[in-house]
Amino acid sequence: MQNSVSIRDLSLNFGSVKVLEHLDLEIAQGEFIVLLGPSGCGKSTLLNCIAGLLDISDGQIFIGGRNVTWLEPKDRGIGMVFQSYALYPQMTVERNLSFGLRVAGMKKDEVEKRVARAAEILQIQPLLERKPANLSGGQRQRVAIGRALVRDVDVFLFDEPLSNLDAKLRSDLRVEIKRLHHRLKNTMIYVTHDQIEALTLADRIAVMKNGVIQQLADPHTIYNRPVNLYVAGFIGSPQMNMFTGTLSDSTFTTEDGIVIPVETYAFDTPATGSTAAVLGVRPEHIVLGDETAGMPFTIDVEIEIVEPMGSDTLAWTKIGGQAITFRCDSDVVIATGHKVRIGFDPARGSIFSAETTNRL
Amino acid sequence: MSQTSTMAGASRVAATNAVQEARGPRPKPFFTPRKIIIYSLLVVFSMYYLFPLYVMFTTSLKSMPEIRFGNIFALPVAPNFDAWVKAWTSACTGLNCQGLAPGFWNSVKITIPSTIISIFIAAVNGYALINWRFKGSEIFFAILIFGSFIPYQVFLYPMVIIARELGIFGTLQAVIIVHTIFGMPILTLLFRNYFASLPQELFKAARVDGAGFWRIFFEIMLPMSLPIFVVALILQVTGIWNDFLFGVVFAGTQNYPMTVQLNNIVNSAQGTPEYNVNMAATVLTGLVPLAVYFVSGKWFVRGVAAGAVKG
Repeated sequence: MQNSVSIRDLSLNFGSVKVLEHLDLEIAQGEFIVLLGPSGCGKSTLLNCIAGLLDISDGQIFIGGRNVTWLEPKDRGIGMVFQSYALYPQMTVERNLSFGLRVAGMKKDEVEKRVARAAEILQIQPLLERKPANLSGGQRQRVAIGRALVRDVDVFLFDEPLSNLDAKLRSDLRVEIKRLHHRLKNTMIYVTHDQIEALTLADRIAVMKNGVIQQLADPHTIYNRPVNLYVAGFIGSPQMNMFTGTLSDSTFTTEDGIVIPVETYAFDTPATGSTAAVLGVRPEHIVLGDETAGMPFTIDVEIEIVEPMGSDTLAWTKIGGQAITFRCDSDVVIATGHKVRIGFDPARGSIFSAETTNRL
Repeated sequence: MSQTSTMAGASRVAATNAVQEARGPRPKPFFTPRKIIIYSLLVVFSMYYLFPLYVMFTTSLKSMPEIRFGNIFALPVAPNFDAWVKAWTSACTGLNCQGLAPGFWNSVKITIPSTIISIFIAAVNGYALINWRFKGSEIFFAILIFGSFIPYQVFLYPMVIIARELGIFGTLQAVIIVHTIFGMPILTLLFRNYFASLPQELFKAARVDGAGFWRIFFEIMLPMSLPIFVVALILQVTGIWNDFLFGVVFAGTQNYPMTVQLNNIVNSAQGTPEYNVNMAATVLTGLVPLAVYFVSGKWFVRGVAAGAVKG
């Protein structure tokens, strides 16, 4: 099957600063791709390159099998939604939606038909005569999505569309974007720094750092089998617990001399001899009390701080000198100073080489 | 000594009581030292500017015998507009005795096209410099700004030569072109900074929607730029209306603007100086910039502030 968007060997330099370097990305028809990374990692820049708003230094961009590398944004078959909505303030919602169509010289009745359809999909019919200043943040973002919708394009580009909204609206609109994707089945490329948005929306996530895609995989793989220390640390809140130590054969020894057996761990690259390594365990994979029975590694610890989150409870403690957090059911009664037994199975964790930071 | 300390103690007690009883809005006494200083300074500075205006206006309403009496601060005994009428219709500017009226219309003919052309070009310049960056656009801008630091007088002679070679020396076109050129650096800076303060994403959205250079300029940018246009309008109208140098050098005798004719009236060497006519002529010449300021002063402040946020 032909790919919807295909980026080949893309590079972008601003003077001597390399923002994107030899980047390759193949996106299937109808796929929802999220570009995830901290600010300054090049994710928005990549989106602007795909849109044609930035001239690239090297490489090619194909959309729908067409080489669009030198085409103007309007000729690429894309629609874009911006973080600041970017609605034209002096035009009504209706004129905002139809601006692109009017520029293209489309016939009046066709323009009206498309605007009506977009307004129906996004349920903004009552707002059509208003100016953007008289809309709430959520309504503005809907209109911004509508502006991309009317153009009837193959690919939707979202540049942090929910970052300006408050938490409640953000989760509402998140679901709505997902619903929209199910209904329209367009290819969507979505830039965000919010890992929840990425994990909930994406078919595949591309985690980016310094202009390089670190890992491109489905959310489950990204979360459970991160390819390197950076991805492991970036995804997940609270952060994955990291033990530094040495790996030899089938045991991992922390810096404090605590021995953790790792026979159950499925190595990507079998370890040879003794190497410096990092063992990562997610807070929810650490179990408490009776559940520790049968776990390859158990230890007695004292609870330092407890953070009840409502749905579950976070507890802070130490294994050796290493501060760790673990997640337990909100009904479990624990408090500061309690002595408890915790344990985990390294099979659900991740082991990285300390030298290359890659997954072992 | 002991008395002052008791007083201080008493006031401290009073203060504590007041704090305990404090409720509702904080009292705002009018006569605090701070306010007295601020208002006296404001009054002194206002007088500094308003007194000459007062003298000018009252003198223009007096008759010559009354002026010779010597009380320049006194109100006119029998105020009349004879001097104004004379200044407008029959005062002698050099050899002509048609008053200021022809000069007024010359100034209008110079100011209106110069203002419109210079503002339009500068707006397009500023828009292109921010939104359509081209190779060397920063250097281009730097050179343009550098131009605003060179005194006009330095350019005068070369400009005269250029105008002569183009065959337009001593015409309205020559003054209009000169005003347009010399308005360019500051106006471009003004527009560039204003457009820089508008969200870049709007421009990107318009490009994705397929709009080109002029379409984005006229349909997206211009409707959002009213405040800065008003600022540019005030700057240009007052600047060009009050200009003397370019008018006297480039316009030619028959096109002299109002300022040049005012100078000819006031500085005429023949006869006794008619102070009332001179004053009336001066007020008349200053009326246009004054009117522009009063009509749009509010916009001026707003636009300058808007342009200053980002640079």
